[in-house]
Amino acid sequence: MAEAGTADTHGADAHDAAHGHHAQSFLSKYIFSTDHKMIAMQYMFTGIVMALIGGYMSYAFRMQLAFPGESVPGYGVVSQGEYNSLVTNHGTIMIFWVAMPMLIAAFGNYLIPLMIGADDMVFPRINRLSYQIFLISAIILVVSFFVPGGGFGGAWTAYPPLSASAEYNLTPLGATFWLVAVALEFVAFLLGGINFITTLMNARAPGMKMHDIPMVLWMIVIASILFMASVGPLIAGAVMLFMDQVVGTGYFDPDRGGDPILWQHLFWFFGHPEVYVVLLPAMGIVAEIICTFARKKLFNYKLILYTAFATGIISFFVWAHHQFVAGIDPRMANVFTITTLIISVPIAEMLFLYIATLYGGSIRLTTPMLWALSFIAEFLIGGITGIFLGASGSDIYFHDTYFVLAHFHYTFFPIAIIGFFAGITYWFPKMFGRMMDEKLGKIHFWGTIIAFNFIFIPLFILGAAGQHRRIYNFQNFPDLAGMQDLRVIATSALLVMLVFQVIFLFNFAYSLFKGKPAGKNPWKANTLEWTADSPPPHGNWPELPNCYRGPYEYSVPGREDDYWPQDVPPDTAPAE
Amino acid sequence: MSITRPIATTRSATGIPTGKLAVWWVVGSEIVIFGGLLASYVMHRLGHPEWAEYASHTNTWFGGLNTFVLLTSSLFAVLAHYAAEHGDGKKAAKWLLGTCAGGLLFLGIKAVEWTGEIQHGYTITANGFWHFYYTAAGLHALHVIAGCIIMLIIANDARKGKELHRVELIGIYWHFVDIVWIFLFPLLYIAK
Repeated sequence: MAEAGTADTHGADAHDAAHGHHAQSFLSKYIFSTDHKMIAMQYMFTGIVMALIGGYMSYAFRMQLAFPGESVPGYGVVSQGEYNSLVTNHGTIMIFWVAMPMLIAAFGNYLIPLMIGADDMVFPRINRLSYQIFLISAIILVVSFFVPGGGFGGAWTAYPPLSASAEYNLTPLGATFWLVAVALEFVAFLLGGINFITTLMNARAPGMKMHDIPMVLWMIVIASILFMASVGPLIAGAVMLFMDQVVGTGYFDPDRGGDPILWQHLFWFFGHPEVYVVLLPAMGIVAEIICTFARKKLFNYKLILYTAFATGIISFFVWAHHQFVAGIDPRMANVFTITTLIISVPIAEMLFLYIATLYGGSIRLTTPMLWALSFIAEFLIGGITGIFLGASGSDIYFHDTYFVLAHFHYTFFPIAIIGFFAGITYWFPKMFGRMMDEKLGKIHFWGTIIAFNFIFIPLFILGAAGQHRRIYNFQNFPDLAGMQDLRVIATSALLVMLVFQVIFLFNFAYSLFKGKPAGKNPWKANTLEWTADSPPPHGNWPELPNCYRGPYEYSVPGREDDYWPQDVPPDTAPAE
Repeated sequence: MSITRPIATTRSATGIPTGKLAVWWVVGSEIVIFGGLLASYVMHRLGHPEWAEYASHTNTWFGGLNTFVLLTSSLFAVLAHYAAEHGDGKKAAKWLLGTCAGGLLFLGIKAVEWTGEIQHGYTITANGFWHFYYTAAGLHALHVIAGCIIMLIIANDARKGKELHRVELIGIYWHFVDIVWIFLFPLLYIAK
């Protein structure tokens, strides 16, 4: 039965000629490319580099916590100021320069045109501009570490007046560099997001209806809309904070009629939807993978879609649960407790629908599938511990402890790291034309997942025992000094996890050149990107495909194959 | 620097031209930026009755004149769109230049107004009201400047009869900039 290969039997058309004739120089192919696939690679490799920087930072400050005051191999002695800079920038980098570019920008750029059967994004040059602004923002952030005074150390939430005044934070340049970098990063993702949304709305292949769109694209686009709708107030806030730092205004200075709580509102009005901005793309990646490797139709596509919309809407009404101890009215705290507990309903529903998709499937435990399943398991722990923090009564006890820290690492690690590994192991054959090594992939998976749990379960225990965040040396606190063993376990597990990433990097580099050739559709999946060559050429297809059905027609009764690609016309469909 | 336009750009699954769709999303993202800033201002204003006294030092005549100038320039943008729809690129370019002149006049009046205020000691650091006054109007002025630059580029193309659909797009943006001012003027100048 002909499946994936039908598209390239067609001759070259005018479109192919338009793309094929110019030989590209190195610069125009790799640096100033407007091709969505190359821009996706740029985002991905920048994200990987930033992840290594962020991981190195966590290594330095975790070593300080486990072995206070001792020289850290490869870093040196961590001073108090440096410690603050390291934890601040670790958080900032991992969220804004790792989770965002890898999940939304890299997969969004790569997958949106390929999965909707288009040759590129609708605005290729805006796409390139978006990456260039993003790159500049990343450079500014890294440079901020080397300016006089050092990098910003006022925590990734940048609460004023600490962040607003150099008198308090002692990093006059670092704080401003940090703020400018974050603001530029927002601009980059606004431009990218507008491109994603318009591309999905307008550039779909003929025949692709709303409910034929692969779930991961819906998730990326809903995330882009959420980002766009929530980041505005924080951009305004960033302008105000910038004025406070540079011009000398007093927006957030209570001595001059300003209000520091205002920043918290502006920050978390963005900051909480931001969790769902990065969560939804990861959920989408997982949806694609579990359908392919369970050979089953996504259980209730429409319900998952509406659930994602509901999550997005509710996420705008939960932000003040970050501020239960900031002096907000207790009646207000009740309202936000209720909305926060409500938002766990759609997310739980989504996880149940994923498990229902698995039920009765013929499951293949490939590396991407292992990552996808571990996402569900680990994110569940993150979600359940969130209930304790969403309820204002218990949050007053847990606020700003390691319990909070462990909680959001149990959400962000599955999102950013597991989600990325799931996606890259799944789409690697399409991106580079070769298979990744399964054995190395599984060793990397188990090493990473087991070590991850050994890092953060001890931190839950420490947090419940009252250990506060952002403290340089717990030996100075008699009540906390005794639990040093747990800190050493967490740090040791971190070292193990970092070592296991070497296996991934080796596997990535090795498979890039020596992997088994993948062919067009190694996983026998339905969505349109698997009908293009691996890797797809500039322009993606000699002739753009049409779409005839939904993306998850696996194991359809009466068909010889257990999959039914979206581009196969119905009249050729019955196998006999 | 001509670039081959991808087929994706020419598709229109929603029936709305891609460029127009994108401009509306830009406007949407701008609304939340100004919305956040103005909401912060309104909350502060409600909490500080004494700001009414600071606000009384603004010059409503300058503000009113600028409102008139900006609204007139928006009319020119509509006339440019009308000309572009009838395929008259030269006329559209002329009206766009008129719109741009309105924007520059607006900035000129603002410069005179601010000079006077700064000379009287009402600088951005004076107090909370003046923080917002200069930040909000300044952010708006940046949007006016950006609009003028884009408009000159589009007018240059339209003059040669190229990319006439963009005349409407810059018009949408310009009306948005206008509407932001319609919110700023009463909030900063009139509310006592």
